[in-house]
Amino acid sequence: MANPINLATLFREQIGGRRNLIINGAMQVWQRGTSATGVGSGSGTYETADRWKFILDPATTVDSYQQAFTLGQTDVPGEPEFYLESDVTASTGASTYYILAQHIEDVRSLAGQTATLSFWAKSSVGGNKVGIEFNQSFGGGSTRVTSVARDSVTLSTSWQKFSVTVDISSISGKTIGATSNSYLELYLWCSAGTDFDFRSSETGLQTGQFDFALIQLELGETATPFEHRSYGEELALCQRYYEIVGMTVTTVGQFDNAVSYAVTKRATPTLSVFSGSLAGATVLGMPNNPVGQIRQQTNSTGASDVAIQANAEL
Amino acid sequence: MQDKINITSAQYIQSEFDDSPSNIKAIIDGMEMFVPIEPANRHYAEIMRQVEAGELTIEPADEQPTEGA
Repeated sequence: MANPINLATLFREQIGGRRNLIINGAMQVWQRGTSATGVGSGSGTYETADRWKFILDPATTVDSYQQAFTLGQTDVPGEPEFYLESDVTASTGASTYYILAQHIEDVRSLAGQTATLSFWAKSSVGGNKVGIEFNQSFGGGSTRVTSVARDSVTLSTSWQKFSVTVDISSISGKTIGATSNSYLELYLWCSAGTDFDFRSSETGLQTGQFDFALIQLELGETATPFEHRSYGEELALCQRYYEIVGMTVTTVGQFDNAVSYAVTKRATPTLSVFSGSLAGATVLGMPNNPVGQIRQQTNSTGASDVAIQANAEL
Repeated sequence: MQDKINITSAQYIQSEFDDSPSNIKAIIDGMEMFVPIEPANRHYAEIMRQVEAGELTIEPADEQPTEGA
């Protein structure tokens, strides 16, 4: 006789509802482009899979690629379509670093609770480590707290599944700013100078290729099977933070372009050109308007179609 | 180490409908961006952090042309 369904177990393991707090953990959505080379500005940059962010010291560069799994491969079960490949050229020095990060909206996420991070990974250099660190940022309230939980894993040249259970610090006594941009931050340290030995769990200076797939962060002590979402679902989740819209700039002066974002943004987004040219025009997002409407305030020197990126990332 | 955004210039853009600035035109990581004046926007928050730290000055808006000018 089969075991009866144990409701207590079901609820503890969150078999129903959304389990994965990571957005785009399957690396399906790449609105900015599926490859970027020589990324390295000295600041956080989102030039990779949606919602993922490289944090690099000024002397370190990274190439980022969407890579497809071969159909029928069994190294990573479940027939995932893509993984993220990053090739890092790390500089040497105590203060250098290369991190793959994701900001999870709202610092209340998993606060004071046990959580499990699971992912598949490999490296071109066997023995390369990945340091795992969680930080809490309070959006203008309490000072950011680093290393509220941390651990590390050692990669091989073959795909392996890793699972790390951590206790995320309570936020009791903290204050969250009024700006609604607080977040829980996941850092995957792929290279770190000695200045960051503690935070990176002694990852050390590393180079080579790091591949990640099926990243999941969930409540509880158990890594459950990866929560697959459709491309449409994942795209919509990503578009809360970033979206590309089309508009036409003209020579006829100021007007409001009735752009409607596919998804209401987390906050009124920063606007910049993704492709095409504003030809001298100024485009403005309307304050407190995360749903759309872009104003052309000054003339362009010629009418043209422009792809505008609306960025409300954390 | 901090996740600092590289901002090399910033200038208010005057709204054509009232006297208040509506956006900040800034060069961020080498790209021209139009940043709304909204604390929840991370670019605006970083601009103001750098201004308060004395690392950045926001230039005033250009004069708007008057009717008939």
